[in-house]
Parts: sequence; C-alpha cells; structure tokens
Amino acid sequence: MTTAAHTPEGWREWLNAAAPRSRAQARLGQAYQSWRGFRRNPLAIVGLCIILGLLLVAALAPVLTNQSPFAQELAERLRAPDGEHWFGMDELGRDIFTRIIYGARITLMIVVLVAIIVAPVGLIVGTTAGYFGGWFDVVLMRVTDIFLAFPRLILALAFVSALGPGIENAVIAIALTAWPPYARIARAETLTIRNADFISAARMSGASSLRILFSHVIPLCLSSVIVRVTLDMAGIILIAAGLGFLGLGAQPPSPEWGAMIASGRKFLLDQWWVATLPGLAICTVSLGFNLLGDGLRDVLDPKQQ
Amino acid sequence: MKKLLSPAFAKDSTRLVLSVALTFVGLLLVTFLIGRVVPIDPLLAAVGDRAPAEVYERVRVELGLDKPLWQQFWIYMVKVVQGDFGRSVLTSNVVLDDILRVFPATLELATLATLLGVSLGVPFGVIAAVNQGRWPDQLARVIGLLGYSVPVFWLGLMGLLLFYAKLGWVAGPGRVSVAFDDYVTPITGVILFDSAVQGEWEAFGDAFRHLILPAGVLGYFSLAYISRMTRSFMIEQLRQEYIVTARVKGLSEARVIWRHALGNVMVPLITVIALSYGNLLEGTVLTETVFAWPGLGLYITNSLLSADMNAVLGGTIMVGIVFIGINLLSDVLYRFVDPRAK
Repeated sequence: MTTAAHTPEGWREWLNAAAPRSRAQARLGQAYQSWRGFRRNPLAIVGLCIILGLLLVAALAPVLTNQSPFAQELAERLRAPDGEHWFGMDELGRDIFTRIIYGARITLMIVVLVAIIVAPVGLIVGTTAGYFGGWFDVVLMRVTDIFLAFPRLILALAFVSALGPGIENAVIAIALTAWPPYARIARAETLTIRNADFISAARMSGASSLRILFSHVIPLCLSSVIVRVTLDMAGIILIAAGLGFLGLGAQPPSPEWGAMIASGRKFLLDQWWVATLPGLAICTVSLGFNLLGDGLRDVLDPKQQ
Repeated sequence: MKKLLSPAFAKDSTRLVLSVALTFVGLLLVTFLIGRVVPIDPLLAAVGDRAPAEVYERVRVELGLDKPLWQQFWIYMVKVVQGDFGRSVLTSNVVLDDILRVFPATLELATLATLLGVSLGVPFGVIAAVNQGRWPDQLARVIGLLGYSVPVFWLGLMGLLLFYAKLGWVAGPGRVSVAFDDYVTPITGVILFDSAVQGEWEAFGDAFRHLILPAGVLGYFSLAYISRMTRSFMIEQLRQEYIVTARVKGLSEARVIWRHALGNVMVPLITVIALSYGNLLEGTVLTETVFAWPGLGLYITNSLLSADMNAVLGGTIMVGIVFIGINLLSDVLYRFVDPRAK
C-alpha cells in the first residue's frame, strides 16, 4: 500500500494519480472520477437523494411513525388529511401516512429481489452466449427474442396466473420477464471484447474459459448492466404496482402502494386522498430511479462520452 | 417491384418469415408451459372432485393428458393455429369469439392513443431538438421523464377525478352511456367508425367523450416515448453536413428542419411508432381496468381473477400475435421506405 494516502491533504492527489501503484488505488481513483462527473449533474443528485430517502424511510419506518400500518380505527374511516393524520385515513380507518411509509419496505424488497435475481442471470447467460458463440449463442438469443416478443406486463400476468397471486410470485413473474434485455446487453459487450488482445493474452497464459469469463469479461460488462438495472427499477416498480393494483401482487392487508390505490379507487370521487397519495409515492420513487439511472449512464457508459 | 424480385430480398424475406415463425412457436411453448404448471388440476376442474377414478381416467385420455408432453404440445399448437383456444369458463363462450368481440374496443383505444402520441410527440421532439438546452428542451425532458415514472392506472384515476368529476369535460368509465347501449349496429365493432358510417352523430359524440380520456392517458405515454426518440434522432440529423449545405443554399430554416431533417428521421421513427403501439397494448390492460373499457385487457384481467386459464392464455397469445405482427410490419415498412436497406 502507499503511504501518501495517510496524509489528510494527499488523498485527492492519491486518487487522481496518473500512475496508480495498486489495483485498489486505480479502482478508487476511477470511482472518484465518476463521482465528480456525477456530481455535476443536478438532476442525478436529486435522483440519488430520492433513493437515499427511500432507503432511510424503509429502514426507519418504526421511528417515523408510532402507528401500525394495520391498526384500524373504524370510527375514523375515510377521515380527511389534517394535522394529526397528515395523509388521512383509508376505508378501514388505517393511517395512510403510516401505510405509505411501510409500503416503502415492500417496494424496496421487490426491487432488490428482482435485481439480485435478474442481473446475475442475464449477465451469465449473455456473457456465456457471447463468449462461446455457435449454436449455444443462437439458442439463447432466440429464447430472449421470444421473451422480448411479449409485452412485459402481459407476460408477467400470465406467469402470475399460473403461480397464483401474491408478492413472492409477483417477484418471480417480474424476474422471469425482466432478464432478457440484460442478457442482450451482456452479450453485446462480450462480443466487443472477446477478440481483444488482453483476452488472447489471458488465454495464452493458460487461463480457463471460466476464469476468463469471471475475471475478465464479466467485470467489463458490469457497468452497463448496473446502468440498465437502475433504469429498469422504475419499470419494475410500475409493473409491481400494476400487479398490486389488479389484485395479483401483494395481497391485503399489505400496505403495497399499488394495492392501496386499488382499494382507494372506490372512494376516488369523494375521498381523493386514499388513491392519490400512494400514487404520488410511486411517482416519486420511480422518478428517482430514472434520474439516478440517467446520471449513472452519463458517467459509466463510455459510449455516451 | 424490382426490389421484390431480387434474390437478396427473397433470401432476406425467407429469413424474416422463419424468424417470425420461430418466435410464434416459442410464444406458444411459453403459454403451453404456463398452462401446464397451473396449480389447478385441469382434470379435476372438468370432472369435479367427486368423480370416480374410472371417469377421471377416461377424461384424462379424452383430453390427451396421458400422452407425452411433446405430443400434447403438438396437439396444442395445431389447435391454436386453427384458432381453437378452448372455451372460457367465465363466459362459457368459445375463447376466440370472445376475443374477436372485445378486440375492436382495444384497437380503437390504442389507435387513437397512438395518433395523439404521434401528432403531438413528433413536433414536440423536433422543437426540443432545435432548441437543444433551452426551455422547450427541458420541458420535453420533464414530460418524457414523467412518462417513464407515472403509473398509467394512477394517471387514469387522476384524469377521471379532474376531467370527469371536477370539470365535467368528459364522460365517465365505460365505452358509451347507458342510453346508447346497443344503439349503433356493430359493423366493425369500432364504435366511432360504425356510428360515423351510419350517420349517428349523437352516438358518435357520446362515444368520443368516453374515448378521449383513456386515449389521452395512453397517448401521453406514447407522446413521452415518441418525443424523446424524435429529439435524439433529430439532434443527430441536424449535425450532418447536408443540413449545412441546405442552409447555405438559402433554404428557409423551416424547410431545412421540417422537410430535410425530419424527412430523414421518418425512417427510424417508423420503428419507434410501431414499438410504442405495441407498448400501448400493455398499457391498455391497466387503463381498461380503470375505465371499465370492455376490451382485450379487461377481458384478460377478469379471466385472470377467476382463474379462467383458457381465456387468459388465449388473450395472451392474441396480444403476442399482434405484437409480433406490428414488429413485422415495421420491419417490412422500413425495408420499403429506406432506400439503403436491401
């Protein structure tokens, strides 16, 4: 390790060093450069703040509200927003503010679960197809073609109909429909690097295909996949909310935002807040992911520069 | 015509047809497998759970469920190609008849939405590209971002709240008012068309006031996508040298932008518009639920909620076919419009 890193004013030079002396220094320096680019984009910062806010709200839900998202006060049903209940009450006398806060946990859970299923699957399928080529590639790309030939929500609906309603099944259905674009991206990236000299060099020095894939190809595909995941989050949230709205995702009494809108729909004309406010939460969070994804694409995708 | 006869075109077309056929088989395989993994035993549903074992066994053979899976798939495929999706449990009609009855409503909605999206989105994208970085561009960006972030069913509800309940500008859910139910003799099933042809202008007006809000909501999403793509295509074109040449020649700025640059953008835009039309089919599922619009989307969701698998899978295949068809059409159009594509 270097010693320059330990002096307080030296860390910036250390990060910006033209000739990094260790792998860690090079990586951190790269990350620092990306962050500087990212910081210049105010909209991306707004997106980042929204997502950090979502994480905080989900983590601190019991601190932010002292009520339970399931506690009913039937005497207070459909109470309009006021100083005590900021977002009003729903048809069972549950505090909507509390339910939206706990709903953040559900949204976050769906998004994270889908991402950790989809990104590795797409990455592995795409890089293997691109690296080995041949019939394997043809078959895999055909399969992705078939999946892309469907509108995603309709395919997810068909899967949910087979698996049965529920939030776990909604996650599985969304993941099943979401992986093909990742495989496409990873494959395209792999095709551009598979004949590069450094891959040949690794092969000549005796690295196995598996080693080349995991330590040379996949790391280079990561940034495009990360950008795509972030941009996809909004779509995943919207599909999950759509499934919840149709009664096929999270089931009552779960405070899932889409399901909350569905239950508020009956009271839309007289008690607007029941359906409106969870919808605003969905908009905010998916807008946050879109802004963040746009910002990340600008700094991480070298083709944009 | 010469293009059609060239061997390269023939070879290309064969490849195209083959790839479409393969995609279609894949679509059927997916729906077939979905139908297989349903937790509900299709046999029990057919014979009831009190049926004796020999009846159960007989029906099993009758339905072909004793055959190997690949044979069952073959039978399924042959049936679907003949338009036989089975019977709907919910409506007790043949699924294909149901689909043909509800499809015009979806077609009407998606088409008007696309028309709105194209007629507003393209000029909007062009203006944004010409004023890159200035306020029209920022506005286009915000509209585009919202289009990717707002749930379509929520926007529909908000539209109802504002334009129907508060302002009273449009009619509420449904396709026509009760007074106009079965008023117009169906010819195509597209009410706007049928009523106009028969000169029923009152019915036309009523249908239009019902259609405009759901079509506007869907059209917004199409506008967001189309304007964003138009903008990026236009920016690329405006950098080209022929634009400079056109300006140097002394052509008016309007002619340079709207004729020369936009003319070249039209080719890739065809694909974008086709894609957005396909995406609208997805949006219709949720929009139709919100607006009680009796189309294919509502049919699929209603069948889903009552576990009516034949209807769900039939509807899914139908959407898949339309989706593949639209992509194919845009591919073919592209080949004809773009002189460089051989």
